[in-house]
Order: sequence, then C-alpha cells, then structure tokens
Amino acid sequence: MTKKIKGSHIQRRLIPSYLFLILVSFISVFPLYWMIAAATNPSVEVARGRIWFGTYLLDNFQNLLARQDLWGAMWHSFLYAFVQTVVAMLICSLAGYGFELYHDKQKDLVFSILLLAMMVPQVATMIPLYKMISGMKMLNTVWGFMLPAISTPFLIMMFRQNSRNFPVDIMEAARIDGLSEIHIFFRMYMPIMKSTYAAAAVITFMNAWNAYLWPKVVLTDNRAQTMPMLIANLSAGYTVDYGMLMLGVLFCSIPTMIVFFILQKQFAEGITGAVK
Amino acid sequence: MKKKGMNVSAKQRVWGWIYLMPATLLIAVMSFYPIIQAVFTSLKTGSSAKMAWADPISYNYTRMFQDKLFLRSVGNTFLYLIVEVPIMLILAILLAQLLNNKDLKFRGFFRTCVFLPCATSLVSYSLIFKSLFATQGLLNSVLVHLGILQENYNFLGTAGSARVVIILALIWRWTGYNMVFFLAGLQNIEYSVYEAAKIDGASGWQTFWRITVPLLRPTIVMTAIMSINGTLQLFDESMNLTGGGPANATITMSHYIYNNSFGQGVANFGYASAMSFFVFILVAVLSLINMKVGDKRD
Repeated sequence: MTKKIKGSHIQRRLIPSYLFLILVSFISVFPLYWMIAAATNPSVEVARGRIWFGTYLLDNFQNLLARQDLWGAMWHSFLYAFVQTVVAMLICSLAGYGFELYHDKQKDLVFSILLLAMMVPQVATMIPLYKMISGMKMLNTVWGFMLPAISTPFLIMMFRQNSRNFPVDIMEAARIDGLSEIHIFFRMYMPIMKSTYAAAAVITFMNAWNAYLWPKVVLTDNRAQTMPMLIANLSAGYTVDYGMLMLGVLFCSIPTMIVFFILQKQFAEGITGAVK
Repeated sequence: MKKKGMNVSAKQRVWGWIYLMPATLLIAVMSFYPIIQAVFTSLKTGSSAKMAWADPISYNYTRMFQDKLFLRSVGNTFLYLIVEVPIMLILAILLAQLLNNKDLKFRGFFRTCVFLPCATSLVSYSLIFKSLFATQGLLNSVLVHLGILQENYNFLGTAGSARVVIILALIWRWTGYNMVFFLAGLQNIEYSVYEAAKIDGASGWQTFWRITVPLLRPTIVMTAIMSINGTLQLFDESMNLTGGGPANATITMSHYIYNNSFGQGVANFGYASAMSFFVFILVAVLSLINMKVGDKRD
C-alpha cells in the first residue's frame, strides 16, 4: 500500500531530471514533427517559419510525383532491402551457427581473421568493388547493391554469440533420431533462434534501406535509384521546394518509422546484438 | 564403436566448414581482396580505363600530403570527432543513468523519444537539418522574430557555423543510439551497489563518476570505437547537409575521396585509393589504440 502511494507521486528531487528529459525529448522529436508538418505546407510557408499542419499535402504530393519517380524508388528500396535482409539472414546465421556449434581451433582462427573486416572502411573498398561489380555487369542490379553487404562480421558475431544459448543436447538427440545435419539447422536452429533472427533482420533492413554511399556508386542509372538517393536529388539545385522535399523525406522515413515503433525492442537488440 | 563416433565428428566438422564458407568467402572477396586491390591502385595514376604505375611510385601519397583540400578534409573530420564524440557519449551516459532510475515515471516514453532519431536515415536527417538551418529556415525566422538576430543569418554558408550545425546534427542523430548500449550496460550493474553507495552517503555526482563510469568502461570503449569508426567515415552529412561547403570548409575525408572518384566528373581512382588507404590505416590504428586503452585497467 505504501509502495503504491509512493509510486503515484512524482518525487520532488527528480524534478530536474524530468525537466532535462522533457527538454531532450522535445529536441529529439521536434525535427521529425516539423518534417511532417512541413510536408503539408507550401514551400513559402515553410520558409516563413510555419510549424502547424497545412492543407498543401496533395499539391506537394503531385509536385513530387511530377518531379521524381517516387513509386519506382520506393519499390527499389523495398526490393533491395528485403532481398538483402533475407539473404544476409541465411548466410550470416549459417556462419554463426557453424562457428559456434562446430567450432575447433582452425575455425576460431578464421573467425578472428573475419573480425578484422570490421576495420575496413567502406570508402576504402568502394573503388575496387565498383570495378569488380561493373566487370560482372551487375551495376544497377540488386546483386550489385547487396553483394558487399550480405556478409558482415557484425551479423556473424551476433549469431555466434546468441548461439551460445542454443541447447546442444537436442542436436545430439536429433542426430540419434536420424535427422541430417542440414535439417538440424533448418528445423531446430532456425525456430529456436527466431528472436535473434528478428533483431538481426530489423537492423539489416534498416541499414539496407538507409544505405547511401554504396548505392550512389553502384546504381548509376537514375531509374534504379533508391529513396535516400531520390530525396538527395530533390534538395539539389538553387531553389529548394521545402514542402515537397519534406514530403519526400517523410516517404523515405515511413518504413523505418513503422519498423521502429512496432519492433523497437528488436531494433534495440539488433543494435546491441553482437555485444553480450 | 569409438571409431564410428570419431567419424561422425569428422563429418560434423566438415559440415561446420560448409556452413561458414559462404559468409567467409564473401568477406574475403568483398572486404579483404578489395583492400589489397586498393593498395595497388593507390600506386597508379591515370584514368580508370588505362592506369599505369605512378612515377615515382609514391606519387599519390606525396601528392596527398601536399593537397591542402585533403588536409582540410582530415582536419574537419578530426574536428567533428574530437568535439562530437565526447559530448555525445557523456550525454548518452547521463541520459541512460537518468532513465535507469526505477523511481522515474514515463521512462518508456522518454526512452522512445530519445531513441527516435535513430529511425531516420542519414540522408533524411541531413536534409531536415539543412532545411531547419537554411537562410530561409525555421531557426532563422524564430531568431529574427525574437529579435535575437537583426536579419536572416546564413548558418550553412559560413564555415564556422556550418561546422557547428554538422556537429549538432550528429549529436542529435547518435546520442539515443549510444544510450541504448549504456542502458543495457547499466542493467548489468546490481542495483544493490547503488543502494550501498547511498547508505555510505555518496552524492549523485560521486556515484556517477565512482561507480557508473568505471563499471561501464567496456561499454564506453566499445561505443567510442564505433563512434570514432563512424565519424572517420562520415559521408552522408557532409554530402547532403552542407554539400561540403561553403567552399569545401566542411568537407570530410570520405566526401573528398568520393568527389575524386565518382563525383564531379573526375575518376581519379589512383589518388582516391591512396587517400582511402590512409583512412583505412587511421581507422585501424585508432581502433587498436582504443582497445589497448580499454584493456589497461581491467
């Protein structure tokens, strides 16, 4: 009872904390609120400092459709992010599984060499990769987009770390029952590890959707462009239509926002995934 | 019987290799092989179609250290690094500490708010900040309305303020991200440690510096490595928030390398590779130093 009473009051000594958190929360949320509000206003009003919702959403939408291939870019972004996520899940989870549950000295050595790839910056491999991908005639394709990104030390490590909790006994039991090695992976490992898959998939999807530098290099044709590239193009030039630009930014943010609000827990787990 | 068991385990070992092979080969081909290629390319000159060994062989590297613009891009990147990373990490720890307080109400709400900027892509938030800080942007109209400014100020058109805007934007985007790590780290610290500190009469400040920070050291090292790594490769913000401008005053290393390889019509792959190899060395060295420092007092 006393606990309940204590809990129903805001403690006075925490008031500075609340004020600070309210301020930080406001700063964190306001630019995103402003983006949505600006998308409903004409550029002139946005520039004049209007922060309320307006009635210009449809006009901005029509302008946007007239200027850029919005649906094309949305489709590419979805397609690329989806395919990359599925393929990365399969390849990296297989590797994490192999490294942890079948480990021996040689495999551990290979693993520690793979970790060195974390230190390789994207910008350092961009030119050779571009030559390689264009040599394989994969510019402007989903393959060119995802090949450098489907196998990452981060994801492999994440699956490896989480595999430590995998009950090894049932593997033995399954073997005695005559289940083949590959079936153990698909029928036992995958279902048991589904929360790791969820977290890894969320973070991979977000990264793929938001990718910019590599897509800019490998998707040379405007008809293959993704959402981040589209909105970057919108802001190029001397006069920027802020209402239309913010509507584009909103479209680019909707999928990641949805993922964020529905799967926030998995997203947080995905970020911190490999650290346990 | 025993022999059979050993056979099975040898067979299993082969399966392990099969499982890890696709991922391993991909990393070898998509990370290790290109970095070796980059070293060779960095010793060549000429356009992408017909490249020849540079004469002298170190030409691109000597050129690099005489290129004022490249040196400026290095300076800018380090400026962002040195100012942004400590502020952001301290803010993130502080927020995590506040949100870890069990007496605090609306914890979930605050956490979601602070974490929310992570849901935007780097290009998106760059463009939002670009618009907010534009000469005809919201901040200007607010400041002029309040009478703080006489007339609209070109924040992004002035070198100093443009750099500050980039740093503010980075702090905005990444503080919540790092906070998540610290929240996870704090949850591993027993609440009783804090109770004991309270009984011993430690102030909140003392508790923070004497208990929280030391116990979070592994997390701090990790987030620092990630932030340094990310900041050294900064591209999207420089490209989209300021366009590297005004007059290349805010350009980052990655942005300058991009301009020399794929942007602006020049495909100077040899020179760009030399600069990118320099970035690689920086990232590797700083990561190693950071890991050593982190290990030291454990």
